[in-house]
This record gives sequence, C-alpha cells and structure tokens, in this order.
Amino acid sequence: MSAVTRRTFLASTAAAAAYGLSGATPAFADVNWKKYAGTKIGVNLVKSPRGEVLQKFEKEFTDLTGIQVSSEQTPEQQQRQKAVIELNSGSPSFDVVHISYHVQKRQFEKANWLADLSAFMKNPELTEATLTESDFSQAGLLYAKNPQGQMLSLPFSVDYWMVYWNKDLFAKKGLAYPQTFEEMVKVAEALTDPKEGTYGFVARGLKNANVPVWTSFLLGYGIDPVDANGNLMTDSPEAIEAAKLYQRLLTKSAPQGVAGFNWSECQSAFLQGKVGMWLDGVGFAPPLEDPDRSRIVGKVGYGVMPKGPKAQASATFGDGIGVTSASKNKEAAYLYCQWAVSKLMGARLLQAGGGVPFRPSILSDAEVRKGVKMPPAWIDSVVESGKISKLGLPVVQPVTEFRDIIGIGLTNLLGGGDPAAEMKKATEQFKPILERSEKA
Amino acid sequence: MSTIAEPQLTSVTEAAPATGARPPSTYWPFVVPAVAVVGSVIVFPWAFTVWMSLHEWTVGGARRFAGLSNYLRLATDERFLTSVWQTLIYTVLAVVLPLIFGTLAALIFNSKVPLRGILRGIFVMPMMATPVAIALVWTMMFHPQLGVLNYLLSLVGIGPQAWVFSPSTVIPSLVLVETWQWTPLVMLIVLGGLAAIPTEPYESAAIDGATVFQRFRYITLPMIAPFLMVAVIIRTIDALKSFDIIYAITQGGPGTASETINLYLYSVAFAYYDVGYGSAIAVVFFGLVIALSLLMLHLRQRTKWTDIQGGA
Repeated sequence: MSAVTRRTFLASTAAAAAYGLSGATPAFADVNWKKYAGTKIGVNLVKSPRGEVLQKFEKEFTDLTGIQVSSEQTPEQQQRQKAVIELNSGSPSFDVVHISYHVQKRQFEKANWLADLSAFMKNPELTEATLTESDFSQAGLLYAKNPQGQMLSLPFSVDYWMVYWNKDLFAKKGLAYPQTFEEMVKVAEALTDPKEGTYGFVARGLKNANVPVWTSFLLGYGIDPVDANGNLMTDSPEAIEAAKLYQRLLTKSAPQGVAGFNWSECQSAFLQGKVGMWLDGVGFAPPLEDPDRSRIVGKVGYGVMPKGPKAQASATFGDGIGVTSASKNKEAAYLYCQWAVSKLMGARLLQAGGGVPFRPSILSDAEVRKGVKMPPAWIDSVVESGKISKLGLPVVQPVTEFRDIIGIGLTNLLGGGDPAAEMKKATEQFKPILERSEKA
Repeated sequence: MSTIAEPQLTSVTEAAPATGARPPSTYWPFVVPAVAVVGSVIVFPWAFTVWMSLHEWTVGGARRFAGLSNYLRLATDERFLTSVWQTLIYTVLAVVLPLIFGTLAALIFNSKVPLRGILRGIFVMPMMATPVAIALVWTMMFHPQLGVLNYLLSLVGIGPQAWVFSPSTVIPSLVLVETWQWTPLVMLIVLGGLAAIPTEPYESAAIDGATVFQRFRYITLPMIAPFLMVAVIIRTIDALKSFDIIYAITQGGPGTASETINLYLYSVAFAYYDVGYGSAIAVVFFGLVIALSLLMLHLRQRTKWTDIQGGA
C-alpha cells in the first residue's frame, strides 16, 4: 500500500506553505492552489496507464484547486494526430497536452505549440518547493527543454530499456547474465534450441517499432543516430556493426516470425517461458509477475543493458505534459501539470506499474518503494538504467519517417539483407526528408 | 421491366422544357440544395485535395507552391511503386478467391442439402463481424508459436508457418482473412442469380445427355454471369480500399511487405503529416480507382443480362 496519500500530500503542501510564511525559507513553497478556482481546463491525454491514473484522480485536483477539468484519453496514434491537427489550427480544444517526447519533441518546438513554463517554475505562488529542475533526471530535462533552455513541458513518465531474462533457462544451461554485447550474443545462441522450442533472445522486428532495439545497440557503440551537428550517423561503421548485431541476434536466436513482432508478440513469447532474454522498455514488466498471465512469475531477472564496445547505455524514451501556447488558462493548466508530476501522482504511477516518474526523488523514496508491487530487482534496474540513460531516438521532426525508413532496412536484414547496403540505402532515403524538414 | 418503364420515360420527356429554354422559376429551389451538398462534400474536398497536391506542405510548417513536383516524386518513390504493385496483387487475389469459393458455396446451398437454412445462416456470419475484431482474432490465430493455425497444421504433419509474420507469406495470409470474410457476400449475390434460373433449360439439357459440367458451363454460368459481374465490381472496390484488416494485423509489415496504397497514404498524411505529398498519392489513387471502375463498367456492359423468361 502506498505510504504517500492525498492526505500526506496536502498536509506536506500546507506544512511547506506554513514553513514558508514563517520566513525560514523563501516563499517558494507557498503555492496558492485556489487562485484559479472556477477556471475550466481541457486536458488531452494518451490512452495509457499514465492517462488512466491522471483521469482516475482528477477529482482530487479539482478539490485541491477548484479548477474544473475536462479530460479525454485517446489511443496513442490517434491522440498524436488529433493533437497535431488541433494545435495546427491555432485554437485547440485543450489547454494541457500529453506529448510523446521521442516522437513529438522537435515538431512541437518548431511549431511553437507549447507555452514556456520556465517563469511559472520560478513563481512561488505557482510552484511547489520540491518541484525543481534538478529533481528531474538528465534525460527528462533534455526532453523538456528546447535549445534555448526554455522549459516547455514537465517530464512525466520515462521508459528506459532493459533486458528481461529467464532465470530458469539460464540456470539450466549454467549461464550468467551477460555483461557485454559479445557475451549477450554467446548466451543467446547457447540458450537457443529450436527442437525444444526455446530461443535465446527476442526483440521487436516489426518496422518502426524495431528501431529502438537497434539504437539500444548503436548507443553501445558510442554514437547517436544523429550527431550534435545534425549529421546522420546511420550508415557509419558503428551503425553497421549495430545492424549486424541486430541481424545476428534476431536471425540466430529469435523465434520464427520475429520480423512481424511488436512488443506484444515479444512479451507473449517471453511470458511462455521459452525465451531467454527480451530487450524492451521497463514499462512492460507488470504482466511478467502476474500469475494469471505469466508462466515465469518469480523467475524473471531484470538486467541493465549490457556494455557495448564503447559505452554502456540504456535507450530512453518518455512522455511529458505541457501547456499549449494557445491556452487562455495557462496558469491553471500549469497547476494541473504540476499536480500530474507531483510526488503523490508519481508514486501512484510507479506503484500501479503504469510508468516510471522522471523524478529520482520519487524512485529513491523508501516509503514509495515499499508500495511498489514489482520485485526490488526491477526498481533497482530502473534506477541503474536511469544512470546510463541516453535518448533512444534522434530529436528530429520527421522521427516517424526515420523509424519507418530505418525500420524497413532492419526488417530486411531479417530476410538476409546486407547490413551495410541496407543502412546505406535507408540513410540515402532519409537524408532528403531530414533536410526538407529542417528547411520548413 | 422495360414495358413498364417506357410510358414513364415518355411522360417525363414530354414534361421537360425544350433544349435551350430557360427553366421555370420553381426549378432552382429544388436544385440548389443538391448542388450545395454535392459541391461541399464531393467537389470542394476533391478540388482542395488537388490544390494541396500542388504544394509542399507539412503540418506545422510553411506552405510552398511546388507545381507537379509531388507527382514527379511519386514516379521515383520505390515505396509508393511497391505499394501500387502490392495493391494490385492483393485486389486480384481478394476478388478472385471469394468469387470462386462464393460461387461454389452458392451452388451447394442452392441444392437441397440437409439443414440448408441453418448452414446458410452460419456461413454468412463472418460478413457481419467487425473488421477490427476479426483482425485481432486472426492475429492470435496466425501467431507462429501460440497460434491455433500452426497447431492444426502440426496435427497433419505440416511444419509451422510464419503467416503474417513473414514478408513472403503475409499477402496470401491477409487474403485468407479477406476471403473468409467476404466469400459469403459473393455467395448471397450468386444465390440470387441461381434462384432466378428456370428449370426448363436443365431438363432439356438432361434429355440431350449433357454432363453436370456442361450444364454448369453452358447454362448456369452464362445465366449468373451478370450477377458475378456485380460481385466482381463490389469486391474490387472493397478490396482496393481495404485498410482496416491490413492495418490492424500487420500495419503494412513486415517491412513494407503488405503496405498497400491506402496504408502508405495514411502514413504519409497522418504519421508524417506531409499533406502535400499525401494529397498527390490520393489523387493518383483516385485515378487508379476510376480507371478500374471504368474497366469494370465496360465489362459489365459486355455481360448482357440473359432474359431468363424467354423474351416476354
């Protein structure tokens, strides 16, 4: 059970306010939650466990602030389309928008669709004392800030990539969890026995969805898909090596049909107890420990991404929550965002297994950790992954085209394509699209 | 039918104003609403789509006139050309297979088989199901390790197949779903044709010693040909614009192995937000649909309705 309750949250806020009034600290803690009582705001959420948690408790926000909330959850792809179309119209029907950083960051920044929250964060009437930039992880700040350093959203939920591994299968073969890419390949091949129906490794093969698998490897070779100067590195020697690794793992150690696997098929395969390792986001863990769905309850190891030849990195993705620049209720909308990323809501999110907050103070809070249903190894792995996190996708506007084009090349590798030729072809295809997007 | 229609046509012709004459003032109030509706929901969207296709225009970015460059880009866009080819393959298979199986089913259900009514009711059920629900069920059935299809194959000694999870088998597998769902529609159309065929020609043929195949080839087939044409036209239009089942099962994958024009158009317009280029694809797709429709109508006109009542 959660130790952080609404009562303690409200009490701590009041205590912090009282403390501020005493003159012992700046009046930073003195948030006037009721200042915008009676305001109505619209909230556009992605249908997900994150959206569910916010919607479930939004009455508490109204009780706290007097602000009326009209929220809606839409499936991810449709929510992105709806948000873009409405924001482009100049008069969106919502004040608060839930954004997928790894897909929409650059697009939203270029189009100036989000309000700058920097001044709000410095305003003691609006911002609770514990909500500081330094309490967000580095990846969260990278996502939330634009190149000018303005805070355009509040980091909400992070998804680090980790390796789920089946302890039973490892024990049967007397294998240990791999520490390097090289070991991962050897272990995966040692675990694979098609006659027995066991496979060493599974990860996404479906185009678009498969790109984070490849970038997880690429980061281990010490480079990003796009360098600091905006040059594509997707046909560099490191990128080709990462593609070879992807091809080898998914053709020699993965189940049949992996070219069409998204995360759900990978998860289904892993849940059956026939796959040694599964590389994917930390947010997919709860079903693994659910006895109604899993044959491997209590047998799952949660591993930090092994080291690559040049670096150890966990590809990181995430979503944030921001205020639209077209909103007429920016302060009220900001209060909602602040509530959404608060310790109380972050704890609820984590404890429900719906997501991982970007705020290390929540992850390291002993009381919060007590209420987490997942094994301690999972949360330890989350914390360790946070320490080596790197953005899993380039911050470019046509990120969906990037994922599609590179993803098609990666899928072709599973049919026997040549890594160097496929990566070169994909890079040539994407280059003009990237150039066009930067000119637009 | 023609004997009933002729007097009506004559009276309408007599009531119509002479060519070039100004219509009466009461004419416009009846016409304007229809013109306004057609103009706003058909003509304007199409004119706007054509106009957008002449611009380089991404949502959130500036709009620039680009002339025909979007169309020229299509000519060298390997992914688009592949999607055209895949659309044609998918359409041909998704028309021909339901046509064959639907006709066979109609012939079976036209004969007096036991429990015909119940069986016919069960047979048409796939047609009534929601495409996305069908897609989700079939996705589970296709799963290489957990799906029931590979289990059934294993019972007869056939090894596991990758179905929609392999580029080489994805289109036939999707056509399997399409065939399963739409064979009943063809069956119903053909059954209507079979019900209208008189028994006399069959009796004459039997007296002349015609075989079952000859009776089908020279009596049944010519008489149901117009019904088959109707089925072909409906199925072709339906298969060409097929989106839901493909998107829900494969999203056009693996890679782009099942990406039809519709899916590519969706990606360009609603995932890449490149509305200018997406509009150009829509215009070309529209042209393709029009061309195929004209071909169908031409074939339809060539397939004359056989006067089954013997020219009354």
